[in-house]
Amino acid sequence: MDRSDLVALFLHFLMLSAMAVGGTQTVMPDMHRYVVDVHHWITTRQFADAYALAQAAPGPNVMYVTLIGWQVAGWTGAIATTIALVIPPTIFTLLFMRLSARNPDAPFGRALRRGLAPVAIGLTLASAWILVRSVNHDWHGYLITVLAVAIVLRTRVNPLWLIAAGTVAGMAGLV
Amino acid sequence: MLIAQDHNGRGPEAPKPRISALDVFLAFTQISLSGFGGVLFWARHVLVERRRWLSEREFVELLALGQILPGPNVFNLGLMLGYRHAGYPGAFASIAGFMGWPFLIVIGIGMLYVRYEHLPIVQHGLSGMSAAAVGLLIANGLKMASILPRHWRPWLFTLLAFAGVGVLRWPLIGVLGVLAPFGIAAAWRAGR
Repeated sequence: MDRSDLVALFLHFLMLSAMAVGGTQTVMPDMHRYVVDVHHWITTRQFADAYALAQAAPGPNVMYVTLIGWQVAGWTGAIATTIALVIPPTIFTLLFMRLSARNPDAPFGRALRRGLAPVAIGLTLASAWILVRSVNHDWHGYLITVLAVAIVLRTRVNPLWLIAAGTVAGMAGLV
Repeated sequence: MLIAQDHNGRGPEAPKPRISALDVFLAFTQISLSGFGGVLFWARHVLVERRRWLSEREFVELLALGQILPGPNVFNLGLMLGYRHAGYPGAFASIAGFMGWPFLIVIGIGMLYVRYEHLPIVQHGLSGMSAAAVGLLIANGLKMASILPRHWRPWLFTLLAFAGVGVLRWPLIGVLGVLAPFGIAAAWRAGR
């Protein structure tokens, strides 16, 4: 990866971060498309592993973005994708604090929230769809996924236990 | 407990706590490093219950604002809280506390990953871990979907976003560029 690739990676992640309304998982499909499908910098397996590792690590789940940058181009890649992730929300949020904050329930703000929410939900499910297809190769994997979904929806168990249980099931040769 | 709370969880004439940039940094370090499997739970726990910087209602309102703005919602919440109490230094202190430690931790994990990923037991463990992690993401999407009203229009936008980006793998900028204006316009008209 040369310098122009690094700049392209930075700019693409910067653009995605600026569009990440509803959370960074909504832009994950496009990150996948860009680094895996278009440029072949990492494999779909590495992408999915980065996501899983960032979920298990302490800290916000968005740290998978750092890990993807690191896999693509080492320390500079990690710094590039992390800074790209941080800049747009920082600018937008501070601008918002300075400009408005007076009337957050104005009709347009409400329309913005209500109009974008369904799109954000569809994009989150699209992220899940892409990951599910890249991580699971047979019914054992799908079974673990389905069990995890059911347990999260039905109980209040700490999600970390599910990640640990999935890991142990995998190591035991069940996946 | 010194301050009685009303129904909104807001104390009468509760004095604004004095919060420095260093306090913000420490609070968001605490939130970030506690946050195994997600930070939202810990953000509420630390800011509302432990440090009492925010009432329950203030927390939900800030989080909702953080949700509309692009980027991770707790990250945005930290920026708003830090800026409100300690200006720009407070805002940047929240970023440093929230992102700095996890940055180093995930790279440490990445180094271990590169070193050991070829081992069969690690590969199998990661497969199982990924299968469970994606389950958490699906559950997250389904929980979010439960706020949608029982009306075909929002579900249509959800379906189109899912199909365009997830199934057809179209670039996000095109899909969002079409769906966002129509979605906002539809919500605007429905709300009038």
